[in-house]
Amino acid sequence: MEKSTFKTKAGLAQMLKGGVIMDVVNAEQAKIAEEAGACAVMALERVPSDIRRDGGVARMSDPELIVQIKDAVTIPVMAKARIGHFVEAQILEALGVDYVDESEVLTPADNFFHIAKEDFNIPFVCGARDLGEALRRIGEGAAMIRSKGEAGTGNIVEAVLHLRQINGGIKEIQAMPKEELMSAARDLGAPYNLVREIHETGKLPVVVFCAGGIATPADAALVMQLGAEGVFVGSGIFKSEDPAVRAKAIVEATTNYQNPAKLAEISRGLGEPMRGLEIGQIEEKELLAARGW
Amino acid sequence: MPKIGVLALQGAFIEHVHRLREIGAEAVEIRLPEDLDGVEALIIPGGESTTIGRLIDWYELREPITEMASDGKPVWGTCAGMILLATDVDQSTRAQHQPLLELMDITVKRNAFGTQLDSFEADLEMPAISGEPMPTVFIRAPIVSRTGPDVEVLGTLSDGKIIAVRQNNLVATAFHPELTGDRRLHSWFVNLVVSSAKEPAPAE
Repeated sequence: MEKSTFKTKAGLAQMLKGGVIMDVVNAEQAKIAEEAGACAVMALERVPSDIRRDGGVARMSDPELIVQIKDAVTIPVMAKARIGHFVEAQILEALGVDYVDESEVLTPADNFFHIAKEDFNIPFVCGARDLGEALRRIGEGAAMIRSKGEAGTGNIVEAVLHLRQINGGIKEIQAMPKEELMSAARDLGAPYNLVREIHETGKLPVVVFCAGGIATPADAALVMQLGAEGVFVGSGIFKSEDPAVRAKAIVEATTNYQNPAKLAEISRGLGEPMRGLEIGQIEEKELLAARGW
Repeated sequence: MPKIGVLALQGAFIEHVHRLREIGAEAVEIRLPEDLDGVEALIIPGGESTTIGRLIDWYELREPITEMASDGKPVWGTCAGMILLATDVDQSTRAQHQPLLELMDITVKRNAFGTQLDSFEADLEMPAISGEPMPTVFIRAPIVSRTGPDVEVLGTLSDGKIIAVRQNNLVATAFHPELTGDRRLHSWFVNLVVSSAKEPAPAE
């Protein structure tokens, strides 16, 4: 019997596929998420739109809150650690959460290096804007990838871009003659063995979810049709008018993403979505996706 | 080859579809009741049991699945699928609202090994399925904590924990054969489907 193998780490992400992982800041929200059909919850200190509005340093949640969330639900509990903050990750591992998100939504702890994730027993999910970034994180030991998007905006445009960049990159590598793979690895800044693997399999060795800007059932279905295997929803749920109703609708849309008639039915009468932000109106230094490399 | 439905509401359904197609069976994804037309058997995959259970009820799949099971059509649940097939879930591990299909006379303990950190891989002997040990993956896995009189145990861990059971046409495994390259359990299930199609439905 062998614990914490790559298969068990990446395997949990496989079990989450076709599902919605919802950001929650306390046990009460976690219960609403579970009741609405979330396949997991993500514990964080503040949802991204509040981090954006209030500024300051965003850190790992208070462990007390994480324990309360764990006690409140039976679905997997993930929690965010700052980029490079391996001690926050150690604490989350000690708390026995199911997944750590090394997340650009929190204020980075290290401007140069990400956590050496392979050394941990707990699995990690990391954000990526393109294939190179995804492969660097997998190279460090991430067992799940999410496209970054631009968290806290309720604007899907960056999520679509990042998903297209990841999947477009995979198609390019797959179509390349073998002799070009090493220079592709150099240009991507990605481990050669992973570039080679993608050339052969045509897919990442881990599950890819979409995050950062999903606010409606249509947004969730859009990214699923673009090849995401599931979705993370942050501010989109608990910053909308009726979180429970919207959360359930996004769960349904993620299952029936290929069925427009069903999507039309699901999308009706959900109340106001979160107020969105135009990406061009955000100052460049305020963009969360640019954190990490 | 038989046409087998894979419940595709949430979870690792595509892996089951791939394994079935690799051994030549026809696999269809099931999201709505009408998808079950002409399907001879059903696999309920791993995933989140509370999510899949809710979607089963939202899409009114409970009745047609129950009907399939009582018609003698094979139904196989893996991990979350095992939980959904059970008549009961151990109280300590039960969600506030835990929808169950209540088709197999077993009680299941969810997350029976602990958290994700206790997920594991192991080679298991399952003589009813194969003479050689099989590679298995357990992820936040359940175990069977009680079996009814009609339930046959197909596999246990070395400490005796029950992780694979059968009750006539119903099969449940706590682990994920769809995540390993090993296709023996899928082949065994396809054979069960073929032989059940020849026999009349069991009398209730």
